[in-house]
Amino acid sequence: MTNDMAVVLWLFGVAAALVLIVGFYCLIATVNLIRALIGLEILTKAVTLFIILAGYVTGRTGLAQALAITLIIIEVVVVVVAVGVVLCVFSHNKSVDVRMIRNVKG
Amino acid sequence: MLSLFVLLPFLAIVMLNLPLKTVTRQLALWFGIALSAGQVFVVIFQPDVFWNGTDLLGRFFTLRLQADNLSMVMLLSIGIVTFAAILVGRQTIADSRLRFNFMNLVLLSLIGMNGTVLLTDLFSLYIFIEVVAISSFILIAFQRDLNALEGAFKYIILSAVATVLMLLSVSVLLMAAGDTSFSSVAAAVKNSSSSHFVRFAIGIFICGLFIKGGLVPFHGWLPAAYSMAPAAVSVLLAGIVTKVSGIYALIRLSTSVFGPDSSLNAVLMIAGAVSIVIGALAATGQSDFKRMLAYSSISQVGYIILALGCGTKLALVGAVFHLFNHSIFKSLLFVNSAAVEQQTGTSDMDKMGGLGSRMPYTNATSLIAFLSTAGVPPLAGFWSKLIIVIALWQSGYYIYAFIAILSSIITLGYLLSMQRRVFFGILSDKLQAVREAGFGIVFPACVLAAITVGVGLSFPFIFNSFIIPIGAFLK
Amino acid sequence: MVLILNIILLVLFVVGAVWTMMTTRLLHSAVGLAFTSAVLTVLMFQLDSPLAAVFELSVCAGLVSAIFISTIMLTKRVTAEELIVQRKIRLASFWFLPIVVVAAAIVLSLIHIPVDFKLPEPPVENNVKNIMWNLRHLDLMGQIAILLTGVFGVVTLFKESKHD
Repeated sequence: MTNDMAVVLWLFGVAAALVLIVGFYCLIATVNLIRALIGLEILTKAVTLFIILAGYVTGRTGLAQALAITLIIIEVVVVVVAVGVVLCVFSHNKSVDVRMIRNVKG
Repeated sequence: MLSLFVLLPFLAIVMLNLPLKTVTRQLALWFGIALSAGQVFVVIFQPDVFWNGTDLLGRFFTLRLQADNLSMVMLLSIGIVTFAAILVGRQTIADSRLRFNFMNLVLLSLIGMNGTVLLTDLFSLYIFIEVVAISSFILIAFQRDLNALEGAFKYIILSAVATVLMLLSVSVLLMAAGDTSFSSVAAAVKNSSSSHFVRFAIGIFICGLFIKGGLVPFHGWLPAAYSMAPAAVSVLLAGIVTKVSGIYALIRLSTSVFGPDSSLNAVLMIAGAVSIVIGALAATGQSDFKRMLAYSSISQVGYIILALGCGTKLALVGAVFHLFNHSIFKSLLFVNSAAVEQQTGTSDMDKMGGLGSRMPYTNATSLIAFLSTAGVPPLAGFWSKLIIVIALWQSGYYIYAFIAILSSIITLGYLLSMQRRVFFGILSDKLQAVREAGFGIVFPACVLAAITVGVGLSFPFIFNSFIIPIGAFLK
Repeated sequence: MVLILNIILLVLFVVGAVWTMMTTRLLHSAVGLAFTSAVLTVLMFQLDSPLAAVFELSVCAGLVSAIFISTIMLTKRVTAEELIVQRKIRLASFWFLPIVVVAAAIVLSLIHIPVDFKLPEPPVENNVKNIMWNLRHLDLMGQIAILLTGVFGVVTLFKESKHD
């Protein structure tokens, strides 16, 4: 690996890891269903960057892009389904507070 | 013609959604039954034309599917449990539009599960696990019951965390291997086995699969999702979905991609033993029928993972055999809970009692299922647990073997208490009008019970010809 | 020069993510997500992945943000007093997120973990269209299955049921 490449890998890796921390923090701390989903999106952003980075470092940008595009499509479907669930919860009790969910035992 | 396992359900869904409403609503059920029964047929009778014939459709695609004995066992369980779930769904879902959507989603989930057990690529594994997961989210939530929605949301969040962990690991392994196929990843893992990055990647991938499979300490979503889901969906979820997306993937990856590796095996054994104990203890305190079964499921999955961690050939045979048995008797118990829930309108065991006299078939099949779960001879569950305990003993893991036996006794205890509270005793006045559930529930229950008894009784005869060859997937 | 641009973009990426999590109004949060996504697009261009970058921009920054914003519009609007209460609750659980991020940044930049495995040989095939359409048919099939699942999800979860 060339020196430049190592610097790029290290810089991008640290930034993506920080974004991962932000996303996980949000999932643990939030009480709002929609914000939890936004946290998931943030996590997915970090993972997308990781995959593209892996492709760049190994010279496999073609494969990495194919994987990233697939990942983006799947992510959208997950968000749509999750939003559907959130809206159903909202139509039941007019609130999107996660604390009701914490009432479910287990 | 392996591609048919994925392509035929696709074809069925396309045909069902042609604009011919009156016809397709009738057809949906039969398509589902035909596909799942056909799958069981080709696995059991192994028609040469199917397995070795030229793959006409598959010629147009580069799918790189592969079926070994482990995949065969999984395909068989998938077929059986899907069959049962479809019949239960027909009986328990009243609204015809919802029922149609249910059938479609089960077919999509079938695509996902069949793909998962046949594919040979780490990234495709993620995609197909996600197909299964997304269809299960919708299946849990689709009756829009508030509790079910909350269970579904919990599942969505934890499953998304699992996929994030898995993809992170895939990106590191992509860097090390340059490709995501099982063979190249396995080669890369072997070459750089001392690398911290690779070890870290393997660790988080395993964590992700632990979440998907509902092992302690990542089991938080499982009881909520299992117990809140509609009856037919719990059968599918508990019987096969988590087993394919979590446990099958663990078995496949830890034996032929990431391992065999001694420290990985040690982690698996600890996770398995903790799951066995915590699951069994938590099940003891439950008063909700389905919640108790959910915790019992965690405990039984623990046996599979414990045996997987043991790593000898006999242990792996035991693990896969227990996986098959577990998917049969656990889906049978959930079919029974569907019957009870549909007839009494509750799943709280304290409000039941004496249902045995009113629901003789449900009573009898539930008795068979719980004896098999607890490992009472000569039922199927006894033999698989026996293999696991013997394998543990042979490898010198005496403490783990002891835990396995002890937890089996706890299992017997709480399931006996379940049977007593639900089916034995005096029938209360409120439940006088209860009748046996309909054909759609009783028939799959009887089929599943027959499989459990049949496999158990014929075990000495099939041991050498069917059970031991399962281990051939080991390299 | 490129390196400095990359560093600025990466800082924007992290700051965007933190801001998305820190703001009280959900609407601002959704806008923050779109911003983070846009920065990620530029980063992907920097890493020689233009096609995936375009996807990220159109799908994530565009479609996903639209979904989130319409969801937030459909759910309850908060009043000014509620907003103040919410801000207090949020501050209580979120105030040390920036500290955690800065601390993690310092720790991660101090301990330099070298890549301790050998990178693979350069690839034979590196054309993204060829890889997607000719080599990974199973992935395409999985994507189609997921899209179909999404369609059924919309049909079952969004359609008004009769008795509601």
